[in-house]
Amino acid sequence: MAQAETLFDASELTVSMGPQHPSTHGVLQVKLKLDGERVLDAECVIGYLHRGVEKLGEVQTYGQFVPTLDRMDYIAAVSNCLGYCETIEKLLGVTAPPRAQYIRLIMTELNRITSHLLWLGTHAIDLGAITTFLYCFREREEILKIFENYCGARLTTHMFRIGGTQYELYEGFQDQVRKFIQDFPKKVDEYETLLTENRIWLDRTKDVGIISGKDAIDMGLTGPSLRGSGVQWDLRKAKPYCIYSEFDFDIPVGEVGDTYDRYLVRMEEMRQSARIVSQAIDKIPDGPIMAKMSKIIKPPVGDIYHSIESPKGELGYYIVSDGSTAAYRARVRPPSYVNLQSLKKMVVGHMVADVVAVIGTLDIVLGEIDR
Amino acid sequence: MDFAIDNIIIPLIKIGIVFGVLSGVVALMTLAERKVAAFIQVRLGPMRVGPHGILQPLADGVKLMLKEDILPAKADKWIFTLAPIIALVPAFIVFAVIPFGPSLELFGKTIPLRITDLNIGLLYVLSISSVGILGIILGGWASNSKYPLMGALRSAAQMVSYEVALGFSIMGVLMIAGSLSLVDIVNKQKEFGWWFVFLQPLGFILFFVCGIAETNRAPFDLPEAESELVAGFHTEYSGFRFSLYFLAEYANMIAVSAMAVTLFFGGWLRPFANYPLPGFLAFLDAPLMGLVWFGIKVAIFLYCYLWFRWTWPRYRYDQLMKIGWQWLLPLALANLVVTAGIVLLFIRKG
Amino acid sequence: MDALKEKFSTQFVKAYSFIGQNNIEVKKALIAEIMTFMRDNPITPCNYLADETAVHWPKDEEFEIVYILYSFSKNEYVKVKTRIKEWETIESVASVWTTADWLEREVYDMFGVRYANHPNLKRILLPEDWVGFPLRKDYNVRLQDVEWVRKHLGIDSGQKYYVGEARHEDPNYITPTD
Repeated sequence: MAQAETLFDASELTVSMGPQHPSTHGVLQVKLKLDGERVLDAECVIGYLHRGVEKLGEVQTYGQFVPTLDRMDYIAAVSNCLGYCETIEKLLGVTAPPRAQYIRLIMTELNRITSHLLWLGTHAIDLGAITTFLYCFREREEILKIFENYCGARLTTHMFRIGGTQYELYEGFQDQVRKFIQDFPKKVDEYETLLTENRIWLDRTKDVGIISGKDAIDMGLTGPSLRGSGVQWDLRKAKPYCIYSEFDFDIPVGEVGDTYDRYLVRMEEMRQSARIVSQAIDKIPDGPIMAKMSKIIKPPVGDIYHSIESPKGELGYYIVSDGSTAAYRARVRPPSYVNLQSLKKMVVGHMVADVVAVIGTLDIVLGEIDR
Repeated sequence: MDFAIDNIIIPLIKIGIVFGVLSGVVALMTLAERKVAAFIQVRLGPMRVGPHGILQPLADGVKLMLKEDILPAKADKWIFTLAPIIALVPAFIVFAVIPFGPSLELFGKTIPLRITDLNIGLLYVLSISSVGILGIILGGWASNSKYPLMGALRSAAQMVSYEVALGFSIMGVLMIAGSLSLVDIVNKQKEFGWWFVFLQPLGFILFFVCGIAETNRAPFDLPEAESELVAGFHTEYSGFRFSLYFLAEYANMIAVSAMAVTLFFGGWLRPFANYPLPGFLAFLDAPLMGLVWFGIKVAIFLYCYLWFRWTWPRYRYDQLMKIGWQWLLPLALANLVVTAGIVLLFIRKG
Repeated sequence: MDALKEKFSTQFVKAYSFIGQNNIEVKKALIAEIMTFMRDNPITPCNYLADETAVHWPKDEEFEIVYILYSFSKNEYVKVKTRIKEWETIESVASVWTTADWLEREVYDMFGVRYANHPNLKRILLPEDWVGFPLRKDYNVRLQDVEWVRKHLGIDSGQKYYVGEARHEDPNYITPTD
């Protein structure tokens, strides 16, 4: 591509997709170097939402730290909670009782559906399909009602405690979830009718933001973005945590690694999540919901790394404990942070309008990136 | 005296009625857009102002009038004010040649239900709609700021490209009808017994797609949507001037719909106009019913406009231009050649 | 493990397992080559850098840099740790895995660890002109806030702060409910 050869296009335009923007999901600034409409370079400026969560982890006790973590990836707050509780339980050598694990699994999978619905809504609206957004939110509303009935909060739920869950299931939980899961696959079909075969959608998302599997692993991309590039890797199958090994589900994998593949992967993941929930909802055992452990959590000295598959990718927690009630170092490995690195690689050479599509397909949450 | 009545008073009354109705429809469109959007999106839309939100356009109008009228310091004041007017006026004056109905007998006079009948009506419409583009360019330029100018140029480039394909797509109709006058085109459709859409299906599709692109509506509204960087030519506009651009867009939509109806769907003709109706339905043939038929057809087209906007995502700018030049124009030319062949062989008979 | 030991025997410190997780500790000198070896060795090719972070041990005046590696083919996590003194620089592994680019920038931003041969070592989360490295143990957030209030607003913020160790180590630790 011959660029900047004539007198007229000798100048490159540096434009900043500023922090406040309807299409970047959160406060993200992308400095684009443009040549006409082609992107030559993209530099992300983050940190607008930095709240010092890791420093807080060092002064708050283990139990106090859990709600702080909800605020990180505020869209999929339940996964954050799950990851951290499992990490600390591993450190302590405690396992949550089966009933608690079932509750955790159901809530986490519902949360995955919520997160993907929000992703679909915002991604579609960035590309102009405004109605899909409202349909997704209609479904999301149902799940948030379930969350609210369970723990009182819709968004920053603080569902699980270290050792199990605190709240018992409410009357009618199983019916409500069952009803939702029965209707849900039809709704996903609805979204697919609107978008999957749509000529305009295909034109906007095919061959946009391609990243090969090898590059993806090298750049640390995880989650549906990695699976879109053909690497079949999901922590729920590779290193099963919670009780995922007891359930039967597939991992959707894409081929080319463009935006369209990632879209298909996430749509299929929603269906698979519904499948897992429909299997789990009938099998919830009775029993205690909290393991027997002391109220004051003082794990042994040492460090541990544990990761789960959050809707965005591999969410990891690295906790260094020095024997006291607060962590010595609480490190969160945010999937969106590492995923955002690949923005530059995906976007260079495309048009300006594609930057929006690629940011949408990476499914980033600024709360997680900036912590 | 007769001369005065025939040539001054009656046209003035007609102009008054047409513009009044048009302004009313434009205002109604703002409400219809929101209501249709709402129903597609599983919600209700404006419900408070008036029963089911009927008086919402009134509220919107009052609000826009009372808003602070910001004039950017570096903007060129006269052109800044003039640009939206240049965008709005052509949309309205297109209606001067569109036939709304057959002739009406009133007070012993035969009053044709149209403002005038130019024998180059079609040419007039095409040239006037090109003037509207000027309003957009001037708006972007007068704002004296980099991004609105870029947005305006993109908009203008898009409109100009699709104008070419638009022009070619209606030439098929022109050939079949044999006249540029819109009244003749409608009468020819009555004569043939078939609306031109059945004779020129491809021409109709091309016309409508180009029309959507002309009016900068989805799925071709990238220059105007929350485009990532360039916020469009009307960034710097607020208050009353902004509402003028807004109304210009709706008026253009109505103009394109009216043209589509006139050229392809028989104008004011009722369906199956050549077949007589049984006695009790004879009122459907009355001259004033022509207006009703016209109105129904235009309403269907306007609904399609709204439907498309809220259902489909939007095209990227380069894809948009590619479609206009690489697909629509060749198809329009092919349509032209095929139609010319058929007309020569069958209709004109040598 | 053994292959690593014999190749880099000078740098090796120890390997141990804690709660089922494998840890290797090495000296910092040849870290880039060690990482390349970890990535390319046929026994456990760690082609994925899950995380890179640092822990501050003020008593030893050291940073402990932790690399968490994962091997896709063997489905295993390995932690590689190394210790550096606070003022030393360490070689960047961004040439080995591109993931390390932003991860190391964050470590630099939060701890002040300097990386050699890093493509773009700038602050990432904090503003460019920030002074100080927040995640160090001697960075007292309350003290910094009190000073900021004093400087910019001219008043005394009235917050209680403890200078020195992390707050919860202090014998007079007050729970946040007060």
